[in-house]
Amino acid sequence: MTTMEAPALTSHPRQSLAPGTLAIIVRVGLIIGIGLMMASVSPGFVSADNFLNILRQASLLFLVASGLTLVIIGGGLDLSIGANLTLCACLAAAAIKSIGQPAAGIAVALGCGAVVGLANGVLINRVKIPAFLATFGMLWVAQGIAYWFMAGQVIYGFSPAFRFFGSGFWFGVPVPIWVMLVTGACGLIFLSRTTFGREVYIMGANEAAAVLSGIPVARHRVFLYVMSGLMAGLSALIYVARLNAAEPGIGEPLLLPAIAAVLVGGTSLSGGSGGLFGTLLGAIILTLIVNALNLLNVSASWHPFVTGTIVLLAMLADAVVNRGMRK
Amino acid sequence: MTYHIADENKIGPGALLRRTPGVTFILVGMIVLFTVGNPRFLSGANLTNVGLQASLLLMLALPMTLIILTAGLDLSVGALLGLCGVVIAALLVAGWSLPASIGAAMAVGLMVGAVNGFLIAHLGLPAFVVTLGTMGLCEGLSLVITNGDPIGNFTPALETFYRSTIVSVPVPVLASIGLYGLLWLVLYRTRFGNYVFAIGGNKDALHLAGINANLVHMGVYLLCSATVALSALLLLGRTNSAHPSVAVGMEFEAIAAVVLGGTSFEKGQGWLFGTVLGVLAISVLRNGLNVLSVQPALQVVCVGLLLIAALLIDRNRKRPSRGMA
Repeated sequence: MTTMEAPALTSHPRQSLAPGTLAIIVRVGLIIGIGLMMASVSPGFVSADNFLNILRQASLLFLVASGLTLVIIGGGLDLSIGANLTLCACLAAAAIKSIGQPAAGIAVALGCGAVVGLANGVLINRVKIPAFLATFGMLWVAQGIAYWFMAGQVIYGFSPAFRFFGSGFWFGVPVPIWVMLVTGACGLIFLSRTTFGREVYIMGANEAAAVLSGIPVARHRVFLYVMSGLMAGLSALIYVARLNAAEPGIGEPLLLPAIAAVLVGGTSLSGGSGGLFGTLLGAIILTLIVNALNLLNVSASWHPFVTGTIVLLAMLADAVVNRGMRK
Repeated sequence: MTYHIADENKIGPGALLRRTPGVTFILVGMIVLFTVGNPRFLSGANLTNVGLQASLLLMLALPMTLIILTAGLDLSVGALLGLCGVVIAALLVAGWSLPASIGAAMAVGLMVGAVNGFLIAHLGLPAFVVTLGTMGLCEGLSLVITNGDPIGNFTPALETFYRSTIVSVPVPVLASIGLYGLLWLVLYRTRFGNYVFAIGGNKDALHLAGINANLVHMGVYLLCSATVALSALLLLGRTNSAHPSVAVGMEFEAIAAVVLGGTSFEKGQGWLFGTVLGVLAISVLRNGLNVLSVQPALQVVCVGLLLIAALLIDRNRKRPSRGMA
């Protein structure tokens, strides 16, 4: 009877608070492996500029994926992050243009992100529909409002003070990398050093048990979705400052890479395991691959195809490893 | 008399009102509202229009019902529809015959369905991420094939096919009615249909009964992708050009239609005709909003709100409490 599959309800075999040491060594090894291969093939790869460039792109991806990581650890899913980012970017750009202060844009982006996250959380708690359905619906609502609001226009040209968030340097290191370090550190401390963080793992691993042990699951869930929305808003600011433009197509292509970064980072979709350090490694791996494709002159049309393949392979690896551990 | 799982889902006369999905009332309300607002809503020309709009969505939503009955999901249908359209158009431009191009699109569809089915049914991976991955693959491939530009001028035959009528009923409408009849037979009158309901309820029980549940599960995804490949003909006939992103978002409308129709994501409970009602509700809403010249972007927002409204109605009608979760 070895072919009998265990039902999906069985909890994840590893309930560790972070990806295991082996998983991290494998991922770091993968990064070094791709790096060595690229160094031998493309002379432009090994340079401080290119490394900073890869890290800056990875930091943008990490910021989008970090909120998603929290939600997934808590047993949920947020498909609306890309569309939320789009909406935040468009509204914030309009606010900066009409008021003339970067602070207005920051307030609008974070506020809009939090409101969409709040709507997700309340919708899932109240209507009791699967998280992917609620956030998938929210994806189209946010995307639709963004297209309607922009009415085919592009908002571009911002003050240097605002663009500093995306393309400035501080002590020789790009600002987005600093933002990533600060938010990443906060997230790591939250997940591994606070009671709340541990409760997030418990509710992701077994929601019924979490309810029975008195964890306010519904309230925690709303908090996680609001955090995810806030991270989308923060990323929107950095994207707009980096691109110096906002248009309704800005966030759509980010959803798949963000999910891929979380999965490649070893966070399981069944909830209750994983962590932000893994997502950082996942973001770096994905960025490295795109960077390699660019240096090897592969057309940008191939990028979604390659990302999709990586998502499927990462899940395949996850399934194989889990099956091996079950035996 | 053989027992059929679908019999449990049959609608008896007494239970009809209680079990009718909430969307029925919304649909009737919208039809009354739009007719009062503009009497031409009920004109033959406009109804034909609604039917044409509904037919393509129905072609996607009907097989999606089977997938959701197995507690699954297919997010790749919109991107696959675009890809199959691009494949047919590109091959026609390259000088292939129409049947050969359709065959190639069918092969692409079956391949995507096989990947989805294998990863979901055999490896037990979560359906929404698998199909999100294949959605990326399909979008990426359409981009690679077209370089981002639409393909036009392939053949007038498809547009003629789309515009033609039999006894003044448009052929696309007949095609979707035919698909409904076919799937009704498959779902309610075959052993395969029995197993589809059972997979959503308890797949392990099927395993224990010695039934190859993985094969049935995979068959549902193959059926869906194959139908999507054929639907590309309607898409090409309607738009008369193939563009990689033309069908993006249609997977959302298809899923919304199924959920509007009262099919549950969790327990293998559903109603194939409910999906028809869901599709009609979305098409009537879009047609009405078109008449009121509301932008397409806002129409999507309205579909999302319609979905939430229907779910709220159904929640209060059919699901008083679901434990503590």
